[in-house]
Amino acid sequence: MIELKNIGFAYDKNAAPVLRGVSFRLADGQCASVLGNNGAGKSTLLKCIDRILRPQSGQVLIDGQDVFSLPANDMARQVAYVAQNARSSDLLVFDTVLLGRRPFIRWDVSEHDRQIVSALLERMKLTHLAMRPLSQLSGGEAQKVLLARALAQEPRLLLLDEPTSNLDPRNQHEVMQLVRQIAEERNICVITVLHDLNLAIRYSDRFLLLKDGGVYASGGAECMTPETIEAVYSMHVHILEHRGIPVIVPFPDVH
Amino acid sequence: MPIRAETLKQYERHTRRKRAALFLALLVTLLSAILYMGIGSIRLSPVDILRVFFGTAEKKHVTAVMNIRLPRALAAILIGAVLASAGAVMQCVLRNPLASASTLGVSQGAAFGAALGIIVFGGGMITNSLSNNTVSVSNPYTVTLCAFVFGSISSLVVIAISRLRRGVGPGGLVLAGTALSAMFAGGSTLLQYFADDTSLGAVVFWTFGNLGNVGWKDLRFIGAVFAVCLVFYMFNRWNYNAMEAGFDTAKSLGVNAERLMLVSMAVCSLSAAAAVSFAGIISFVGLIAPHMMRYFVGNDHRYLIPGSAICGALLLLLADAAAKLIVQPVILPIGAIMSFIGGPVFLILLFRGAHRYD
Repeated sequence: MIELKNIGFAYDKNAAPVLRGVSFRLADGQCASVLGNNGAGKSTLLKCIDRILRPQSGQVLIDGQDVFSLPANDMARQVAYVAQNARSSDLLVFDTVLLGRRPFIRWDVSEHDRQIVSALLERMKLTHLAMRPLSQLSGGEAQKVLLARALAQEPRLLLLDEPTSNLDPRNQHEVMQLVRQIAEERNICVITVLHDLNLAIRYSDRFLLLKDGGVYASGGAECMTPETIEAVYSMHVHILEHRGIPVIVPFPDVH
Repeated sequence: MPIRAETLKQYERHTRRKRAALFLALLVTLLSAILYMGIGSIRLSPVDILRVFFGTAEKKHVTAVMNIRLPRALAAILIGAVLASAGAVMQCVLRNPLASASTLGVSQGAAFGAALGIIVFGGGMITNSLSNNTVSVSNPYTVTLCAFVFGSISSLVVIAISRLRRGVGPGGLVLAGTALSAMFAGGSTLLQYFADDTSLGAVVFWTFGNLGNVGWKDLRFIGAVFAVCLVFYMFNRWNYNAMEAGFDTAKSLGVNAERLMLVSMAVCSLSAAAAVSFAGIISFVGLIAPHMMRYFVGNDHRYLIPGSAICGALLLLLADAAAKLIVQPVILPIGAIMSFIGGPVFLILLFRGAHRYD
């Protein structure tokens, strides 16, 4: 069980706050999407949760424990994060995933760490790429490798900032399906920032809609109504269902 | 299970290859050092050198090797290693392929300090020792200390700039280093303008770079500095790899990225200032050694840091060998030779697409 409590953040004391008292709850094994316009504070929220940016107020509780009170290393064993435009390094895929073991390494990696990495690579069907440099991989492959690196941290909470940007449609769905499966398999919480409403509504259990740094709506599928979406994105939409799959159709010209 | 075991075996082979590459580089450096020690007024074969170490050589040879050639070789090795490993780490934490002690103003700062020490604090009497035709300053410790202090000031200013303004960025830091270099170069020129001939000669000679003045006592000090740095760098090798994946990613992996950058920069520039203060300005080693090593071991800091140290040692040995051999019996200034060789090498690396830095 993950609980965000009243997270507030501003880049500067005098600047307008980017986040205003964001609170949210997520049960184990569930996937949540953070939605909102550009500049609504979605990425900032993820960075605040992982203490990459220091929020001025608020708490992140994992099973009731305040993770902000933990040292950086201990926190990295609880929360993993995949950035939006991760720099592509020329480390090998194996070494990149091994980097996820960094919070557990004392002086050097152990046999156990290497075992975890090779198991993950096999689970994510990346074994054939293990000895290739990350920079030579396609966007979809690289995204999966970064996901594997985050999983190597064995986190309780996984934060993904637009994991499907730069991916072709097939890879978008593959990555989202993978994320869902992993959340269920490992019983971990996943919070994903998404721009694609259709991916969000199809693969998420919970939704957090941000507007101007505050929570406009949050909850299960019931909060994804045309009205809330219109209010958050300033765009008229219809929500249809095709063979049981919800589809959001935008009408940007209708007012 | 068999796939998994196969992956692990492949990875182990890969690790072994990298280690073998490092070992090979070390071996080449060792052999070069032995050949290097043969160069001089008395030519010594590698066998002669080895006999010195096993205590079966002529007294004349022992004196030449133990008093002059071995200290000089060790100076080249240690100073090269300090500058190159610092360069590798600076390039990582500043995420800038142009970072090195000389591009961040440490060298020029040290040169200014040396000029100040020689001209103002009177360390500057030229003694012409006939044996190896060098000019040395009469009060080396004042000069070394001044060089170290100003080399450090220069680096601290660069770090302070990076702390004060978030927007400066790694590229801006190199520019700040360039600005500082220009300032210190101006300061040195002004000092030289008011100096008498003797001091002026000593200052100019100091800036040429010279490995011949580094004695056993200095070597012990530089050796200790290198050992401390290497342990610090290697302790952080995984953190540096995390930094390569980006600042935010490093933080999410539990690295205290700001502190690591600050402490690393301090360690790098202080050690570089220490190295430079003994030997004068030696540019380009710290810049090109890491880039050369990336060709062989990639950007994995587990191998890149020791690799760069070895490569820097080898480069400086070769440069000093060239300095001794080109116009015999005159020994050319090592700093000039290093820049002369280093410039083109850097261009070659650049044109071959020195790395995916952009």
